[in-house]
Formats: sequence, structure tokens, C-alpha cells
Amino acid sequence: MNPVDLLCALGARVLRWLSALGHASLFFGDLVRHTPAALRRFDLALVQIYAIGNLSLVIIITSGAAVGGVLALQAYYALDRYGAAESVGLLVALSLLRELGPVLTALLYAGRAGTSLTAEIGLMKAGEQLAAMEMMAVDPRSRVLAPRFVAGIVSLPLLAAIFSAVGVGGAYLIAVKLIGIDSAAFWSQMQDGVDVFKDVGNGMFKTIVFGVASTFIALYMGYESEATPEGVAKATTRTVVFSSVTVLVLDFLLTSLMFSTKP
Amino acid sequence: MEKKTLETLVGLFVVLGALALIFLSLKAANLASFSFDSTYPLKASFDNVGGLKIRAPVKSAGVTIGRIKSISFDDKKFQGVVSMEIDRRYQFPADTSAKILTSGLLGDQYIGLDPGGDDKNLQAGDSIKLTQSAVVLEDLIGKALYGKAAEGGGNRQKEAAK
Repeated sequence: MNPVDLLCALGARVLRWLSALGHASLFFGDLVRHTPAALRRFDLALVQIYAIGNLSLVIIITSGAAVGGVLALQAYYALDRYGAAESVGLLVALSLLRELGPVLTALLYAGRAGTSLTAEIGLMKAGEQLAAMEMMAVDPRSRVLAPRFVAGIVSLPLLAAIFSAVGVGGAYLIAVKLIGIDSAAFWSQMQDGVDVFKDVGNGMFKTIVFGVASTFIALYMGYESEATPEGVAKATTRTVVFSSVTVLVLDFLLTSLMFSTKP
Repeated sequence: MEKKTLETLVGLFVVLGALALIFLSLKAANLASFSFDSTYPLKASFDNVGGLKIRAPVKSAGVTIGRIKSISFDDKKFQGVVSMEIDRRYQFPADTSAKILTSGLLGDQYIGLDPGGDDKNLQAGDSIKLTQSAVVLEDLIGKALYGKAAEGGGNRQKEAAK
């Protein structure tokens, strides 16, 4: 291939990528603009909170308990060597509140709820339901997308809080009931090292950002999917991939902003 | 699904989330023990506060009886001034001394109060007169090196001083 063709191909790629990014940004702006309408008609969002939040509870609670228990076991193994086994609670609580709670919840959310959002909207598009709505002068963005957007942003922080709380509970069961660490030391070490605003507050802020990002990605992928079975399948895959990568990168950025400086 | 049931279930979800948040704030974090019920302020000046941090504990006989509120620099005496808040239930004699101690070899620093024998107690806002600064590891190493060098004397002293 001659160099000019290569350059053309590269340029076309960059242009396509840029226009996709611009399109996604405009779509995000649209979603935000339609959010107040969705808040006024909260019953639509309520159905979605049930679908996204309530139905995710089982996976969140089981994963939270398992992660908390595993963390406690591993932390005990390492900390016991230094005679600091009581710090297990502190280590588990900090890692859950700062990183694992928000991130794992967001990843599970992308797999459990994000995919179903994408597939649902993709199939609505494939079945021309969205087009039919537009024909009736109903904007599908405010009727279909915005309630799901609101529901995602409401649900994810709540799910993450439940995840962390259950995780701490699981760690308590493993560390205190199974291993036999003193329960008072377990809690007091935790309370001594965990700050409400710095750790709980920042963790919650993270989950709100993750909620916005991964719900937006799921909706965008569904709305822009090709109206074919393969297109919907591809869009669903992309939702998981993009959401996971975005959440992890955002987590790195937020962590370096929040926790890098010492008090 | 009926609308009432749906609303109840979503409500349940929100309550669960709120409970989790309350549990995390009260049981896992320090919201409940954020401040002692009622406290009185005390001050102490140190030549060197070392790595003391705000909200570090103030202990007496190993029991936490207060927290450090602020650390500032006195440019008249060139000393670090530490303001503490002590639980009102505990009173200390006026000749109590304050030390900056380290929990364990690598742990955080805190202030230890050793009560004296005075009949009068410290009042709110009083300064603790007898203080002992933080042990700075570099100073100790420096002293140990100079000590060794002094024993050797002569040429080796110059080498050690480098």
C-alpha cells in the first residue's frame, strides 16, 4: 500500500473516532437535558430502579459477603505475621469503602444491569418502537432513556453502600467468629482509621461518578446499536467492555485526586 | 406488577441502602466518636512536635482521654503549640506533664499525660508547663554517631562528622 493511502486511512480513522466521541458527548448533553423531565415523572424511573436496583440485590449481597470474607482471610494471613491481626477490620473497611466497594459494584452493575439496558433499548430500536414513539411526537430520550439514566444514578450508590456494609459484615464473621480476633478491637481499630468524609464520603462520590458513566455507556450503546440481532449482541458486548474500562480508569483518576495527599 | 407493590419494593431497596450507609458511617467510621461529649481545652508547647497529627489521641495510662485539636507555631518562643480537647470527666493536677510518644516502633505519635501531685487541677485553657518533645530518630542516630566518633578520636572523628 502506498504511504498516501495509509495516511488517508489513518486520517479517516481519527475522524471517525472524533465524530463518534462528539456524537456521544452530544448524546450525554441530551440525556442530562431530559433528566428534569424524568424526575418530574418519577413513576417511570421507579420501575427502572426496581429493575436495576432491587433485582441486583442478590448478586451484590452475595458478592459483597464473599469479597469481605476473602479480604479478611488474606489480610489476616499477612497481618498476623506482624502481630497486627486486629487491624484486619481496618484494612477490610478501608479497601472496601475506598476502592473495592465502588469499583466491584460498578463492574457487577455493568454486567448485571448495563447489559440488560443495552439489550432492551437495542431491541426497542430493532423493533422500531423508538421510531414509533417519535412518530407520535414522544421523544424516546425523555420517555425511555432519561428514566433509566436517573434510575442508574440512584441505584448504584445504594448498591455500593450495601456491598460495602455486607462486606464489612462478612469480614466480621470470618475475622471474629471464625478466626477469633477480639470483636472490640476489630471495631475500634476500624473506627479509629476510617473517616466519615474522607473514606465513606469519597467512596460514595466515586459511585455517583461510576453510576453516571456506566449508565450513560449502556444507554448510548443500546441507542446507537445496529438494528439487527448481531448489532444488539455487539452493543451488549461493547457495554461491558467500555463500562469496565471506563470505571477502572475513572477510579484511578479519582483515587489519585482524592487520596494522594496526606491530611 | 401492581403499582403499590412496586413502590413498596423500591422503598425497601432505598431503606436498605440508607441503612447500609448509616451502618458504615456509625459502626465502621468514626462519626459516633467524632467528638467527646463535652471537652475542655488544654495547651502544651513542645520544642519539637515530630510527626504529631491533628486528631491524634491524647492518652493517660494508655487510655484515650482526648484528641488533638490543632497544632500551630509560636514565633515568639519558637515552639510548636498543641491544642488538645480533654474529656470533661477527667481532671488533671496542675503539674501534669505531657510527652509526645510513639505507639510501637513505627506507629503513630500521640500525647501521653503523666499526672503530677498538685492539689489544684488544670483549668480549661491552661497550658501544661512540663513537656517532653518527640524523639526524632535522626537526632538519635546523629548522637550515636558522634558518640562513636568521640570514642575513636583523631582522624576518625573527622570521617564520622562527614
